[in-house]
Amino acid sequence: MIALVRRLLVLLVRIVVGARSEWRGCAPDPIRRIYFANHNSHVDTVAVMAALPWPVRRLTHPVAARDYWGTNAFRRFIAEKGLRAVLIERKPLPDSNPLAPVERLLEEGRSVLIFPEGTRSSNDEIAPFRSGIYRLACRFPDVDLVPIHLDNLQRILPKGSWLIVPITCTARFGKPLRVEPGEEKGAFLARARAAVIDLAGGGHTA
Amino acid sequence: MTSFFSIVLAAILGLLAVASAIGFILQRRATEAGSVATVQNLNARIRSWWIMVAVFGGAILLGDTAVVILFAFLSFMALREFWTLTPSRRGDHLALFLSFFVVLPVQYVLLGTLWYGLFAIFIPVYAFLILPAVATLTGDVNEFLARTARVQWGLMLTVYSISHAPALLMLQTGTPSALLLVYLVIVVQLSDVFQYVWGKLLGKHRFSPNISPSKTLEGLIGGGASAILVGTLLYRLTPFSPLQAAAISTVIVVAGFFGGFVLSAIKRDLNAKDWGYVIEGHGGVLDRLDSITFASPLFFHIVRYWFTT
Repeated sequence: MIALVRRLLVLLVRIVVGARSEWRGCAPDPIRRIYFANHNSHVDTVAVMAALPWPVRRLTHPVAARDYWGTNAFRRFIAEKGLRAVLIERKPLPDSNPLAPVERLLEEGRSVLIFPEGTRSSNDEIAPFRSGIYRLACRFPDVDLVPIHLDNLQRILPKGSWLIVPITCTARFGKPLRVEPGEEKGAFLARARAAVIDLAGGGHTA
Repeated sequence: MTSFFSIVLAAILGLLAVASAIGFILQRRATEAGSVATVQNLNARIRSWWIMVAVFGGAILLGDTAVVILFAFLSFMALREFWTLTPSRRGDHLALFLSFFVVLPVQYVLLGTLWYGLFAIFIPVYAFLILPAVATLTGDVNEFLARTARVQWGLMLTVYSISHAPALLMLQTGTPSALLLVYLVIVVQLSDVFQYVWGKLLGKHRFSPNISPSKTLEGLIGGGASAILVGTLLYRLTPFSPLQAAAISTVIVVAGFFGGFVLSAIKRDLNAKDWGYVIEGHGGVLDRLDSITFASPLFFHIVRYWFTT
């Protein structure tokens, strides 16, 4: 039953936003990875999940904010059952590790999808990355971090609107990166952000 | 449907079978990297033609409603491709939403209910005025004129123009009106195919490298003349005399050519090679329907003015 809902959700997203993937820097291998993407629409998570081929998708858990996706039964159902999302606290209590559930998944050999901007941006700019991705990269130095750029989602469902415009979205997957020995937090976050920005544009010109 | 139509259908299927056979032979002979790529693209195109013929032929056999629904879907895909490549701002969001979910369906409902008077002016007059009015509500004046033009052009090309092809079904000419649509589609598409074939075989002189690098003068003349010849021979699908059919297919071919050309110019402006990716070997729906966008309103009005009873 839940599996059916999942399939329907993916099908719906593929029809509405055409979610397609373009693998530029790596292949869609079903191995443990940390995917990270720019974030400017509610459709982002589902768009990436829909763009992933089934063997990769079944292995991957999006990370979502509990203060948004955990607020009512419908949202929680879509997030936890529909997308197999792991909900985390954006404003954690002191001395707690908000990333613990994410680390647990990675330890089990699963992949995760995170949005390091932390929130949806309201324009085309990609906001500076929060430090969570750096902590995950240090904690799992042998796991590839795959940058993803999402096109057009801003125009499909902009922040503040509930009207979906069915423009085609492309999820472009770039060259994986890892934290270099001795690399500082700021340098790594800038490099990861640059990797996402580099994937922008290109349309159908390939 | 007439027995002549069955002959035409058999001819199309025969042509596709021959094309597939040629593609198969070429594939076994091609060795250089360049020619392998060309043959692969050719075979992808032929495979897609089988599917397109099956979908279009199936809709024609199912009847008028199926044809209208098919074209509404094609307009939707074309409009989506248009907006995937064309820039828009937050202030256009509501206008785009209305384009997809109000203007497009209304245009096809007007077609389905045979309300010609409103069908003819709904997009050029009412959408033209209402959508910019809606866009002003967000207060974004940045590039307002250019944005308004894009919204309107997207609708004119992908919805208004394309809807004139199935609109042929409205017309009473004394012959089955679905055959008029078949005639239009055959002449336009064969013109494109012949231009491609002549261009590949004999093409030397680039027609306009800036806009469409693969179009050659040889392809244009040879392809156009071949399509006009076929259009003349197919006069029995239509209420036209052979001479009228020759003149009308010339109009279709010339308009179709400019349709392809104008849409290529837009693509170049947007830095894209293809409109989309859904039709293997061809690109997007709009890459296949570009000639139809210009040819169908002209053909529709010629038939409506001179041949309806």
